[in-house]
Amino acid sequence: MNAHERIGAAIRAANARGEPALVAYLTAGFPSRERFQSDLRRVAAGADVIEIGVPFTDPMADGVTIQRSSRVALEQGVSLRWILQELESMTPRLETPLLLMSYLNPLLAFGLEALAAAAERASVAGLIVPDLPFDEGDALHAALASRGLALVQMVTPVTPEDRLERICARSQGFLYAVTATGTTGRNVTVPAEVTAYLDRVRRHARIPVCAGFGIRGREQLERLRGHVEGVVIGSALVELLEQGGDPAAWLGALRGRAG
Amino acid sequence: MSVTSTDALADLVAGRLPDAQGRFGPFGGRYVPETLIPTLERLSEGVREHLHAPSFQQEFSNELTSWVGRPTALTFAARLSQQWGARIWLKREDLAHTGAHKINNAIGQALLARRLGATRIVAETGAGQHGVASAAACARLGLPCTVYMGSIDMERQAPNVGRMRLLGATVVAVTSGDRTLRAAIDEALRDWVSDPLGTYYLLGSAVGPHPYPYLVRELQSVIGREARAQFQQLVGRLPDAVMACVGGGSNAIGMFHAFVPDRDVEIIGVEAGGRGSALGGNAATLSFGRPGVLHGSYSMLLQDADGQIQETHSVSAGLDYPGVGPEHALLARIGRVRYESADDEEALDAVRALCRLEGILPALESAHALAGAQRWARNHPGGTLVVCLSGRGDKDMPTLQQTLLAEPA
Repeated sequence: MNAHERIGAAIRAANARGEPALVAYLTAGFPSRERFQSDLRRVAAGADVIEIGVPFTDPMADGVTIQRSSRVALEQGVSLRWILQELESMTPRLETPLLLMSYLNPLLAFGLEALAAAAERASVAGLIVPDLPFDEGDALHAALASRGLALVQMVTPVTPEDRLERICARSQGFLYAVTATGTTGRNVTVPAEVTAYLDRVRRHARIPVCAGFGIRGREQLERLRGHVEGVVIGSALVELLEQGGDPAAWLGALRGRAG
Repeated sequence: MSVTSTDALADLVAGRLPDAQGRFGPFGGRYVPETLIPTLERLSEGVREHLHAPSFQQEFSNELTSWVGRPTALTFAARLSQQWGARIWLKREDLAHTGAHKINNAIGQALLARRLGATRIVAETGAGQHGVASAAACARLGLPCTVYMGSIDMERQAPNVGRMRLLGATVVAVTSGDRTLRAAIDEALRDWVSDPLGTYYLLGSAVGPHPYPYLVRELQSVIGREARAQFQQLVGRLPDAVMACVGGGSNAIGMFHAFVPDRDVEIIGVEAGGRGSALGGNAATLSFGRPGVLHGSYSMLLQDADGQIQETHSVSAGLDYPGVGPEHALLARIGRVRYESADDEEALDAVRALCRLEGILPALESAHALAGAQRWARNHPGGTLVVCLSGRGDKDMPTLQQTLLAEPA
C-alpha cells in the first residue's frame, strides 16, 4: 500500500467500525514547540488521520483560532523544515496517516521536489494546500505523485457540477468537502442544504469524503452521519490543546464513547 | 535582452497578456481558496462581457469626465525643473476627485459590480485613498461599502478614516497580522470568502488573483493615455522618460501601460526604500524580493528563507506592502521597466521641494516618484520627464507633523 492509499484505508477502517472517521488538525508547535511530538501522539490516540498545520504569516482561509495558533507557532520558530525534521526523528513512527496542511508559499520556498522527498522520509502521506486550486496544482501534484503521496483537493458548496467532477477525478486520499463558505473555526449548523450538497459530492467521489470547516461538536457529527465518510476537526481541537485538555478523551466523546 | 524577453514584450505590446490562465509570463495566476474560484470565474466573464463594451465604456467615461474631473492636468514644473536640472512635467492625479488616481479604478469596478448584481462591496485600504475612493463610488451608485484598514494605518492616515465614514462606509479596524495594508487584504479576503455570491471585492491595486491585475490596469491606463497625448500636444514628441511610485503598482501600471510600446521612452518605477536595505526595513519588493505566492498571485515578494512574508517599513502607508503586481514582476524581469527605490528621507525632502517650488503638497507615496525624478534629473540634464503625481498629501498631515513640521524651520 503506498502512502496515499493508507489515508483511505484508515478512513474505511473507522467506517467498518460503524463510525465516521475523525481527521484531527493541530498547528505544529502550538501551544508549545517542545510538546509537538507528545501532542501528536496524544491526538493520534483518538484520531484516524492527522492534519499537521504548517504555520504561515497570512492564513487567508483561516479564522481567528488558527490565525492565533499560527502566529504563536511562528514566534516560537516553527518552520516546515523543523516540522519535517521532528517527524523524521519520531521513534516509533505513528501508525496514523499524517497530512501536512500548508499554504503554498512555504512549500515553494522549500522547493517542491525537495519537499516530496523530505515528506516521504518523514512518513507524511500527503498534503492539503488551501490556496492551491487544482487548476494551478500540476507541479505539486507531479512532485508528490512520483513518491506516492496524496494531494487532497477541496470542494465547496458553490463549486459547480462540472468542476466538482474534475476535482473528484483528481483528489487523492480523501475529498475535503468544505461545509460552508467562509473561514475555518466558525460554528456552522448543518441544514438540509449541506447534507444534500455532501450527498451530491459523494455521488461523484470515488474516494472517501470528509467534511470540514466549523465542525465543533457531537450534534453536528450526528447530523453528518451517513452523508460523509469522515469529518475534519480543526479549530475546536486547537482550542482544546491550548486549554490543556486531553485530545484522545475529547475525540472519543465526540464519537459517543464513554470518556 | 534574451529571446524570451523579446517575445514577452511583443506579447505585452500586442495585448496578449495576461493569457487565458491570467499569467504575465510566469507571474500572476489564481491562488485562492476553492470557494472563490467560481466567483473569480464569474468576474472574469463579467470583465469579458462588459469592460470593453461600448455601453460600459460610455458610462465609465461619463463618470470620469463629469464626476472624477478627467482629464487631469499635465503641469510643467518650471521652478522644480530649474532646481533639479531636467524638464519635469507632473501628471496631476492629485487633482482627481477624492485626491488620488484610486478613484479611476474604484468607480470603474463599482460600475462593473452593479452590472454583475452585487449587493455589497468590500475593499481594503492602506493609505486610505482607495478606501475613500471606494466609499465615494459606492455612495454615488447606492451600494453598501465596508472598508478594512490596518489599525496602524488608521492612526497615520486618520483624516481619511473620517472621510470614509462621512461617505457612508463602514470602516473595520484590522488588528491581526501586521496591522497595515497586507493584513487588511487578508481580512477583506476572509470577508469575501464568507459571502462570495453577493459580495463584490473591490481590490484597489494591480495585485491579487486573475482578473484583478488586468482589470485594474485597464481601468487605470487612462492615466498614461492622457499623459502621452497631452505631452505630445504640448511638446510635439514623446518624453525621454516616465516615472511613477510602486507599492502594489496601480498608478504605475496605469501610467506605464501606454508607454510600454514606445521603446525610446525610458520607464522607471520607484519603490519604498524605507530605512534601508535590511530585511524588514523597506518595501522595495522588486529590488530585494524573491518569487512567491501572496494574496492570490505568483509575483515577487519580500519573504524569509522559509517563505514567511516579511514585515515591511515605509513612511508612506500606500507603499508599505511586501508584494507587487505580477505585470510589474514581468516588466522588471524582461528589463522593459527599471525599478529603483527612494528612502523615507528622500521622499520627505521631495515633499518639501514640491511644496515650496510648485505650491503642491504631494502624497508621501507620490513623493517617492519625485525623489526618483530628482536622481534622474541629475544624470540627464535637460532631459524631459513625466512624473505621475498619484495623489495629494493632505491625508499625510499626521506623519508630516511628526517629521517635516517637527524640524526647526
